[in-house]
Amino acid sequence: MKLHNISFSNIRRRKGRMIFLVLGLVIGISTVVTLLSVTDSMTRDIEEKLNQFGANIVMVPKTENLALNYGGIDVGGVNYSVPELDEARLAEIRAIRNSKNISIVAPKILGPVTINEKRVLMMGVWFEEEIALKTWWHKSEWVFPQKENEVMLGAEVAARLGVKAGESLVVSGTPFQVAAVLSPTGASEDSAVIAELGAVQRVLGKEGKISMVEISAFCQGCPISELTLQIAEKFPEAKVTAMKQAVLSKMQSIEMFQSFSFGVSVIVILIGSLLVFVTMMGSVNERTREIGIFRAIGFRQSHVMQIILLEALLLGIIGGILGFAAGNLTAWGLVPMIIKDGTFAGVDLRLGVVSILMAVALSLLASLYPAFKAGNMDPSEALRAL
Amino acid sequence: MAEVKHLIEVRGLKKTYQSGYIRVEAVRNMDFFIDDAEFVTLMGRSGSGKSTLLSILGALNHPTGGKVMVDSLDIYALTSEQRADFRSEYIGFIFQSFQLIPYLTVLENVKLPMAVTGRKKKIQDRMAEEVIERVGLTAKSLRLPDQLSGGEQERVAIARAIVNKPPLILADEPTGNLDSKTAGDIMGLLKSLNSDGHTVIVVTHNPDMESYAGRTIRVRDGECFV
Repeated sequence: MKLHNISFSNIRRRKGRMIFLVLGLVIGISTVVTLLSVTDSMTRDIEEKLNQFGANIVMVPKTENLALNYGGIDVGGVNYSVPELDEARLAEIRAIRNSKNISIVAPKILGPVTINEKRVLMMGVWFEEEIALKTWWHKSEWVFPQKENEVMLGAEVAARLGVKAGESLVVSGTPFQVAAVLSPTGASEDSAVIAELGAVQRVLGKEGKISMVEISAFCQGCPISELTLQIAEKFPEAKVTAMKQAVLSKMQSIEMFQSFSFGVSVIVILIGSLLVFVTMMGSVNERTREIGIFRAIGFRQSHVMQIILLEALLLGIIGGILGFAAGNLTAWGLVPMIIKDGTFAGVDLRLGVVSILMAVALSLLASLYPAFKAGNMDPSEALRAL
Repeated sequence: MAEVKHLIEVRGLKKTYQSGYIRVEAVRNMDFFIDDAEFVTLMGRSGSGKSTLLSILGALNHPTGGKVMVDSLDIYALTSEQRADFRSEYIGFIFQSFQLIPYLTVLENVKLPMAVTGRKKKIQDRMAEEVIERVGLTAKSLRLPDQLSGGEQERVAIARAIVNKPPLILADEPTGNLDSKTAGDIMGLLKSLNSDGHTVIVVTHNPDMESYAGRTIRVRDGECFV
């Protein structure tokens, strides 16, 4: 017979009270786990959506001149000579330390061309990368250019040139087939003639050169400033800028969910602790007679406390495991209801360990006073109950 | 002539309970001794103070005044934890109404006092089985208390009291809830324990039990008459 035998036997005997206590822990822990798991899933969902939103890093050649346009209105009226980056060095972007966070690298060459005696902007891109980046490009009723002699026209430029998909046009002496006309996007590509990078470089006489690179970084917790620095180190001749707006809004959303979860978790934990405390106090009061017998036959105060705290420890472990399982199950069921097309982020075993430790700490802390009270019960007072 | 050394010496013992303005003197200036291997009954009416006296002798109830020496040890000069160790080593309690732990089997109830002695399981099992056999309950050692008769529960309480082989056995009305035949059996069992060298002190209000004791201390209105 050891002290833990008494604790185990008591738990087995007082099933109702113990189930009630474990239930309190399970509700507390599962709520915390559910909130954290749902928040995690929401965070991932937001990140994915923001990543779909487009580039979050832009690399352009360094220039001494300040941009003289705002909101698409150019007020400069002066043409500066535009420096360019070397296409051959693009591979170095994927050689940075955090290269696993780089999702899309979309280089562009830009330059003015003449079509039907009208000067328009021509843009050369890697279509595969560009389409992945610009998910809002309308895809119906037309196909992306498949060949080097095919172009895609922005909605505005198509209207100005009076050209439709399937027709031909000549760009600075080079014939092209119009494969598609882009639906209006409200962005710069509305007024651009877009073709494969190599073809446009040849038309502009800028083989191997690029004007800018748009980069989409896929990142959880987004070390975007770190990524920007790493790219800037590789390209000292370029200006690498993080699009802070997107990152900040992402961070704000995440922080908002985290604050909400933290607040609710604290309240639930407090309620759970109170439940454990009340149940343990009830158990100690109910066991006054028993404690009197223990003390009379030679149990020390510390022995009585050990019995109570051992019970709390065991129930804490059970409550932690069940709470973690119930929390994950609830999150798995809730996520598709809360997030459209959302999926459960998965079981986090580290959270499992934290949940069990939290349940044990909660159970022990809430049982500390009842255990102290039981240990300090005057044996003669306790025996009066006999 | 060498000085006689008593197992228990009680000197100027007092116990007063105070509840608001009401003051009750449960024990008034008692002086007596009990020798090793004596069988003593504390006889008195209900409310006379005999149960209070027993709890004081059992190191459970701090007296208001006086001294209780057990084996030359002033038990109320000890700390609370030292008194717990003293109870574990020196005293076997038999309570009114048996007071067994309802969720433990007979064997577990008997082994309960050994939970704090640090004895190994094998030794605990052997010692518990020995005393269960002595009280005649070997066949029922795996039963729960509520599956036993009153006499059997009293036997379990006795087995629990003697399992640590304490020199002193204190019994509070051990036959109070039993029929006369079973009560006689229980007193016989206590008598045999006394024959084995245990000092036995039994609180009772039943004059029939006097015949088992070597000596009777009468308690009336908190005073004792040896």
